[in-house]
Amino acid sequence: MGGHLNINHLMFLGQGALWTISLSVIALIGGGIVGFVIALARISPLKSVRIASAVYVQLIQGTPLLVILFLGYFGLAAIGLKVSPLAAAGASLTLYVSAYLGEIWRGCIQSVPKPQWEAAEGLALSRTQRMTKVILPQAIRIATPPTVGFMVQIIKNTSLASVVGFVELMRSGQIVNNSLFEPFAIYAIIAVTYFAMCYPLSLFSQRLERRMGRGRSNLAPA
Amino acid sequence: MSLQLDFPAVLERWPSFVAGAALTLELAAFATVLGALLGTLAAVGRGTHNALIAGACKAYVETIRNTPLLVQIFLVYFGLASLGLKFSAFTVAVAALTINVGAYTAEIMRAGFEAIPRGQIEAAEGLALSRLQIYWHIILLPAIERVYPALTSQFVLLMLASSVCSQISAEELTAVANYIQSDTYRAFETYIIVAVLYVILSLVMRAGFWGLGLVLFPRRRRLGTPL
Repeated sequence: MGGHLNINHLMFLGQGALWTISLSVIALIGGGIVGFVIALARISPLKSVRIASAVYVQLIQGTPLLVILFLGYFGLAAIGLKVSPLAAAGASLTLYVSAYLGEIWRGCIQSVPKPQWEAAEGLALSRTQRMTKVILPQAIRIATPPTVGFMVQIIKNTSLASVVGFVELMRSGQIVNNSLFEPFAIYAIIAVTYFAMCYPLSLFSQRLERRMGRGRSNLAPA
Repeated sequence: MSLQLDFPAVLERWPSFVAGAALTLELAAFATVLGALLGTLAAVGRGTHNALIAGACKAYVETIRNTPLLVQIFLVYFGLASLGLKFSAFTVAVAALTINVGAYTAEIMRAGFEAIPRGQIEAAEGLALSRLQIYWHIILLPAIERVYPALTSQFVLLMLASSVCSQISAEELTAVANYIQSDTYRAFETYIIVAVLYVILSLVMRAGFWGLGLVLFPRRRRLGTPL
């Protein structure tokens, strides 16, 4: 077949890994911004906003990312927009991440102890002041470990962007495999690379969680 | 910007969609049952005093949880092939999904085990229950009851993740969609229908697990635990 794995192949895979990281950052920032809006909408005083955001979350969370990616890819084309795989993947991942981060962050905001909400109200702070000065600073602390943990999911899920032709780590592995045909070795290298990107984040998230959990009673999981 | 949707052209393929959805559910059902068993074993293994077994279980869980399912599927697919073993795409898909969900199940179950108060086990020992009885009645069943909501959402996520098996042409819903869209040139409509079907499948699964929970854990109903 086409020879052996050489330095050029590894360089190509490294480039793919950089695109994986770039796409993950795009998804995290885009999904984070939309997700923050979703989290606030989910606890809005307006019932219609709460329902609309709940439906959004249910729809996105009930659809596989792969299908969302296809919808983004073909949907943007269907309305006449010529899109690059990067734009399609970025937009689809933003939608996907926003639904999950929105729910995670809603939980964090709501888990700020009730007396804090009441105290803020008692001090006659406006809703915006209550949020920005009392609730959110505490919610951010609670939200950090699960958000870092979710970044692992984002990195892993960018691998699906390979199916709409975005050349990230997975796709670059498939391309290298097409010329070498050593699938097991190449996918093993890919797996190790993903692991090297994700495992430090997992450990970091666990450590944050443990640090926060210290001194608290043993809460039930789930 | 002109968007013209032609759903009838795609919807006339409804038997294929239904067959794909059925196969997706079948895949998910197999992987859920096998993954639950594998995950429980891994969680028990992680808790044993044998460092070798505990280490192996931890390595399994961390490796799977930190690599993408798509890569795992290809590794299983080509791994079995390079061992000279020939299996259908469906079998490979079940194997890969089982290995994947097993790792997540193990973490959930471990959390359940760790939440069992020591006093409960000591009390059971005081009542002279056998080791097996203690494991079953005091540790395993209460742990499952406690983590049931987390477990079931994991299994719904597994059903959605099975869409990735389309990449090794297991003929589940997404693979059917890929075929239909290349045949009808109606990609957007096809994937909208598929998305709706997945939403329906996940709602059906969640309702099913909720009902099962009522039957399995009647105590929860009295406590009014939400779905």
